[in-house]
Parts: sequence; structure tokens; C-alpha cells
Amino acid sequence: MEPRRQIGERVRRTEDARLLTGHALFVDDVRLDGMLHVAFLRSQYAHARLVRVDATAARRRPGVVAVYTAADLGDYWRPGPLLVPPPPIAGLVFNACTQVPLAKDKLRHVGEPIAMVVAESRYLAEDALDDIVLQAEPLPAVVDLEAALRDGATRVHEHLPSNVAAHAVQRKGDYARAARGAHTVIKRRFLYDRGASAAIENRAVVAQWDPRAEELTVWDTTQAPIPIRNGLAQLLGLLQSQVRVVAPFVGGGFGPKIMMYYPEEVLVPWAAMRLGRPVKWTEDRQENFFATTQERGQIHDAEIALDKRGKILGVRDVFLHDTGAYDPYGLTVPINSQCTLLGPYEVPNYESEFTAVFTNKTIVTPVRGAGRQHGVFVIERLLDFAAKELKIDRVEIRRRNLLRPDQFPFNNEILFQDSAPLTYDSGDYEPALDQALELIDYHRFVREEQPRLRAAGRHVGIGIVCYVEGTGIGPYEGARVTVEPGPGVRVRLATGVGTQGQGHFTSFAQIVAEVLGVEVADVHVITGDTREFHWGTGTFASRGAVVAGSACHAAATRVREKILELASHELNASTADLVLAGGKVHVRGGDPSGGIALGALAVKANPLRGAVRPGTEPGLEATAYFGPDRGSTASGVHAMLVEVDPETAQVEIKRYVVVHDCGRVINPMIVDGQIHGGVAHGIGNAFYEQLVYDEEGQLLNASFMDYLLPTATDVPHIETAHRETRSPLNPLGAKGVGEAGAIPTGALFAQAVEDALSDTGLEICEIPLSPNQLFALIERAR
Amino acid sequence: MKTVDLTVNGVTARRSVEPRLLLSDFLRNELGLTGTHVGCEHGVCGACTVLLDGEAVRSCLLFAVQADGHQVATVEGLSAGAVEDGALHPLQAAFREAHGLQCGFCTPGILMTLVPFLRDHPHPDEREIREALSGNLCRCTGYQNVVAAVQLACDGTPTPDR
Repeated sequence: MEPRRQIGERVRRTEDARLLTGHALFVDDVRLDGMLHVAFLRSQYAHARLVRVDATAARRRPGVVAVYTAADLGDYWRPGPLLVPPPPIAGLVFNACTQVPLAKDKLRHVGEPIAMVVAESRYLAEDALDDIVLQAEPLPAVVDLEAALRDGATRVHEHLPSNVAAHAVQRKGDYARAARGAHTVIKRRFLYDRGASAAIENRAVVAQWDPRAEELTVWDTTQAPIPIRNGLAQLLGLLQSQVRVVAPFVGGGFGPKIMMYYPEEVLVPWAAMRLGRPVKWTEDRQENFFATTQERGQIHDAEIALDKRGKILGVRDVFLHDTGAYDPYGLTVPINSQCTLLGPYEVPNYESEFTAVFTNKTIVTPVRGAGRQHGVFVIERLLDFAAKELKIDRVEIRRRNLLRPDQFPFNNEILFQDSAPLTYDSGDYEPALDQALELIDYHRFVREEQPRLRAAGRHVGIGIVCYVEGTGIGPYEGARVTVEPGPGVRVRLATGVGTQGQGHFTSFAQIVAEVLGVEVADVHVITGDTREFHWGTGTFASRGAVVAGSACHAAATRVREKILELASHELNASTADLVLAGGKVHVRGGDPSGGIALGALAVKANPLRGAVRPGTEPGLEATAYFGPDRGSTASGVHAMLVEVDPETAQVEIKRYVVVHDCGRVINPMIVDGQIHGGVAHGIGNAFYEQLVYDEEGQLLNASFMDYLLPTATDVPHIETAHRETRSPLNPLGAKGVGEAGAIPTGALFAQAVEDALSDTGLEICEIPLSPNQLFALIERAR
Repeated sequence: MKTVDLTVNGVTARRSVEPRLLLSDFLRNELGLTGTHVGCEHGVCGACTVLLDGEAVRSCLLFAVQADGHQVATVEGLSAGAVEDGALHPLQAAFREAHGLQCGFCTPGILMTLVPFLRDHPHPDEREIREALSGNLCRCTGYQNVVAAVQLACDGTPTPDR
């Protein structure tokens, strides 16, 4: 029997049976004896001075156990931590203002929590919210980014001289000189507005204090259970070992469920300890629209300088980034925008300056794509406008600027979000572009189909865009692999990164199964429970497969060595002559039935009597860690055919093609699924979803009736093709894929729709669109 | 308080509840059937879909007292109960085979929407499947493999996807 390939196979998911039968545990499913329920009183004002909170009547209501305001928290009231310190960019200005657990003297966005009611049921807790008397003096709301920066503007944080949260400039070469020597310079203003992450599962926290074990258990819909455990231990004065955080099945993450130390996340465990009873809070959808972090508000003033052949000489971009009322996540989002703008192209001179702005809106932290969308939108749109100006085909202008395979590793000479220089590890971009052209039949469409359909009065358009995505950043993740002693073959794998639907149970099992020569079904994966594994950071930045996957590989490899070493003694053969396959070790060329099963070998690895050789570690178990030097750079090309009805401004996506390169694919079925979901999210961002704030800072569409997620009739069939340019930065050769699909969609949508409506001469420089906005653009262009 | 008598997954239940208690909360908290998920509580996302006398309904838009005297079916009643291979309902098995779920939160509602749909439309085309799914929001899958799973459940041939 020879070892079987598992990595790269379409293996169906091991976690699915639990999810399909309703037996998977989500946080809101946790029910404990004596459990209390929480509701939060939240600000109705975008900006106000909080004068008085009177909870007397609420406390008297039958069934209410406690009501807490900021004043009741005592020393526990403190602003949250700065989660991601900014990279060391020269001349950087950064004003950290992190969120507070309950508002004390000022309300800074609608939905900011003011008081916490704990009652015997959620229904009673919500009843009691009406009993709380609030006195507040409204202040002018800071909503518009440019107005926020004008002299004399109302300040979100009065201890600061302005609403500037941060200012950063990154440069490569000398853009001004490049522009002076350019044949053509194209300048435009680009707008990108906010959307919701909209995981179908809202956030939830359940906490239970066990006074006898002196242990706190917290079930949390978090993407980062280990940092939450460590932070809670510190806040509550407990040892890290006294806190167990479990992120069980989580119903979609998309960024905002990262280690936020959200007010609710910090207060529910505190209340459980204080009251001596388990406490649960589950966010409702309306709260989610106000209190779960959001993303995407930016305004870019950008220009590109080119020679007459369309070769990029340089890019200059000055942009404003809406960070919302607080900035606990540092500068990850605008730095991603800044870095991703460079794309798969050679940009010899680059100057990028951004100002992050405090506003009276919900906090901004990464949402699937995390700022990369904006960068791709700006560069791709600039190239489209340049192509028109220079009368070069849009594909050709891209082709002329793509990096060549011999240029890797390619250093872009600016800093990425992980503080490492933005260096692309590997890539092969032109074949991906050619494959996308072929799949969508670009040249035939442009030469034959489009003129024919246009002559028939139909508005059909094609789009094609390229992008890169920084993925798989550090610092590190870990994994422990254990062969379970006993009959048969059972392997346990524990890792710190939780799952929000990405298929970790299966992909990680595939890696371990291949290394140990067992079946995927034999590998029992535990993720997201700090009692099982307590070193690591979390699921973000498309890094699970790259960083945690590599840690799984390293731990399994070490266990494999232990297996072979022990088996060589047992079978009296050299390790080089041993084969590990089918859950057994046997001597090469010998009878496989004469080998030793791994479970039996694990029994021998933990003797109860006798002597062991000096230095022997017990068990067939190993823990290993993996931390890359820097992130790996995935890439892709998306292409789309659309038909637009100029009378209704409805857009029908006729075809959608994705050619994607995430390095070595562990499970193509899972990778396809990640891309499908990302594209759907991107289509939502492009045409359906927009968080509409009025000038008072009130969110006008805070429900799924008014905020439209794309449905099954809106998302087209997506055709995918994989290319594998392996990363040299990890043993698997993998790159991340979780965010990929969502990143280029806005740019693609704009290009394809503009092409369909080329007779109107309109230009699309903003995302999201909607039929209304598109109709207005068509009218304006006519 | 009002008494409700109903049958859930073939088992009778009698509880005394507040008239304002939602059916979704009743199923989850009174009966412990937490497979029915709550995503929006305003009838849009479809995650809480259950069957009331065989028809798909949003359990967040019904009060428990409205189910008095009725038959309710939830995702827990779809398969034989055990999670081994053989116990899955053919639709559940097709979802696993076609990767029709990712985080799985919306999945119970999608399954319960499809049960009566496929009963009434055993051979739907892709457009009909997408129409049937259009009242269930999913943020993970882009719906493509959900559609493929339904096609697989109907005739064993999912849309080829590579």
C-alpha cells in the first residue's frame, strides 16, 4: 500500500453532517441552567452630550436582575485596547481613540451602548430598556469626510485638535518628476461607500463563571478566541488558564467578528462573574446594523502618468478614509488600499497619501477585502480611462504593465499592513489574463457579438480586471497533532484558528492525513477552543490555510518522524525502509498486513512500566508553529458580460469568469466556494448594498427589507479556473483565498456597465451603484 | 399565559407560554430545537424557516400560540437523527456532496424551504430553483452550489463547475 494524495483533492467536508442536521453548536444555541439575558440601551443620536442616565425604574421592573451604566462599572470602565498598532511609516500621525464599554459623557454614533439590562429573559430585558430615562444634548453630527476636516468642524473627540485620526504618506521613486515627463496624465475623483458585513448569524456572547473551579467559560462568535481569552483574563484579573473562550460554529465572519473586544464581549463575562449566574447576549439584526463594525467609505483623488504606449510612469493618490467614531483597528484598511492599488503592475513611481477621519458613524474595521477593493477600483479605473485616452485596448494596456515572472520576488518599496515591506513572493500574471480572455471569448465578443447586438439596439458590455491580494500574513499560528492510542486509527488535530465556514475541519485534516498516511475522516479537528489550543491569533487576512495550514503540516511532519522512529525499533527496520500508509506502518516490499496500526503504535509510545530510552517524549504527539516572514501574494483576473437596460438601469450579468491563483490548492471544492461567496459579496457591494447615512448621522436602511443583500436570482453562475503559482514562503506553497472574490468586483462592474453604455459617454467613478444611481449617471451623461 | 398544544417532528408538546413568544424562540428555547436559526427576526433572511402543516413559514413571524393545534417540522426531524452517512435526508446528502453550505447558519432554513418546493416541483429548472431560493439569504456560498445541490438531489446531476 502506498501513501495517498489528499492535498489538492476534492474532499467533501467532514463538518457538514452536523451543520445539515441542526446539531452543530452556534453560540446562541448555548443554554445553561439559571441563565440570564441581556439587552442594551443604545444611542439614538449620532452625536450628543450624555447628561444623565436614570435606570431606577428599570431596576424595579420584575424579572430585572441588574442594570449597569458607565458609572456602575467602576474601575472596569476603560477604553478598549488598540488592536493593531500602525506600521512604522516615516512621518505617520496616528491618534488612537478606542471604543468604550458604555458611553459615559458623550455619544459618538447611533447604536453606541449606554446601559446594559440583565433580566430573566430577553423579552423582559428589552421591556426594561423603555424604563431607562435618558437626558442628552444633541450635537452636530460629523458625517461628510471633507466637511469633517474643515476649520471649525465639530469634533468627534474633543481632546484632539481636529477629526484627523491618522495621516500617512508612502512614496516610491519620484512621482512629480515622472508626471513632468509623461505623455498623458489622467486625473479622476473616485468614491467608495459603506456596506455591511451581514453575516447571517449576528454576534452573541455567553459567559459562565464556575466559582468552584474558579474558571470562566465564554462562548463567543469571534474570529479570534485566543486573543479574546488573553484580553479577558487581563481585564478581569484572572490567569489566562482560568479563562476558556470557545468559538464554536460561527455563522459567517467576514472581518467584523475579529478580536474586537466589543463592549458586549467585555461586559457579558464581567456581569456573569458579578452575578454568579450564566449570562447571554445575542445581537439582533437591527443592533448588527449599528453596533457591528463596517467598512468601505473612502474618497480618492488619483492620477496616473503614462508614456504614449500606455506604460505606467507613476501614480499619485490622495485619499480620505472614514474610520467611524473610533479607530481600534489602527490603519489596516487604508494601508491595504494604499498597497493594493499597485496591483499586478509595474508602477515605478508612486505617491500615496491618506487621511483617516473620525465621523459619527459606526466603527470601521476590515470587512472581506479590507480596503483592497478601493485600491483595485482606483488603478483599474485609471487604466480604463487611460486606455480610452490613448486609444489602446483595455486588455493591451494591462498586458503592457503586468509584472513578468522573472521580476519576483518584487519589492514595491512601501510598507504593508503587517509592517513588512510590500514584496510580492511569486506570480505569473499574463497567462491568467490570457486564460480569462479565452474563457470569456473576449476578442470574438468585442469584434463580432457586441457590434451585432449593439446594431440591434442592445446595450451589452464586457469587463476584465486584474488584481493582487496580500494574504497569509503573520505573526504565527500553531497546531497539535496526536495519534490517539487504541484500536484502529484516530488522529486528533487542534489548532487555534476558529472556523466561520471556510472548511477548516476538512482542509486541515487533508494536510495531516496526507502527511500521516491516514484517511481524512480519521482526523478529528478541533478549532476555536482555547482549552484545546491556546497559542495563535485568529482567522483574518485570508491566512487560515497559509499560516495555520502550514502549522498543521509542521506538526504532522514531526509526528510522522516520531512514528517512523518508534516503528523502526518495533519492526527492526531502518526508517528509510518504512512506508506510512493506510493508517499503518509497514516495511517496504513486505506484507502490509504485517505492519503496525498507528493506534497500536501510540499505545507503545506511552508505556506504563519499564524504562524508556533517555530523551524519549511520550506519545505520538507534536506541537508546531508557523510564522511566515511576510504575506504571500495571491492574484487573479475577473471578467464579466453584462446587458444594461438604459430605461430602467437594470443590469443583468450574463457571464462571470474568475481565473484565480492562490498558489497550491488544498481542496478545489472549498476554494471554488470561497470565490463564489466572495464574488456574490462583491456584486452586493457593487450594485445592491449601501449603508445610507443622512446628514444627522442616522442610518436610513438598517434592516434586510431596506438594505438589500443579493439573492439567488441576483448572483450569476460563476465560472472558475485555478492556476497554481506556489508561494516560496511556506511549505505548502499556499496563498490565501478567503477574500479574493470580493476584491475586484466593483472595478469590474463599473468597467462592464460603462462599456455597455458607451453610447452615452458616461463614466463610473463610484461604488456602490444602484439602479437609481446608475439611472442618474445615464441622465447626466446624456 | 396561554397553553399551546402542538406536534413538532411527530412528537406532541404542551407548554404554557406568553402570547408574545415567537415561534422561533419557542422552538429554540422551550423545546431545545436549536437547529432552527434566527438571522433577522423580520422575515427576510429565511434562516428560521420551518414547516407548518407541511408548508414553509418564517417562525420569527409567527407567535407560538398561532401554532396551537398544528404540525410543525424543523430541520432536526428531516433525517433519522444520527449524523452518520446513512441517516441524512437525500437533500442533506446532496448539500454535502455539492458543497451547498459553508458556515451552515442559513442552511436549515434553506432545507426547510426546499422540502415543500421539491414536493410540489420535483423537476425544477435552474431558474425555478433560484426563484425558490430567493427568499433565503446566504452570505457565504453565492448560491451556486446551493443550486447545484438541489439539482443533484433532483436528478443526480449537479451543474458542472470546472
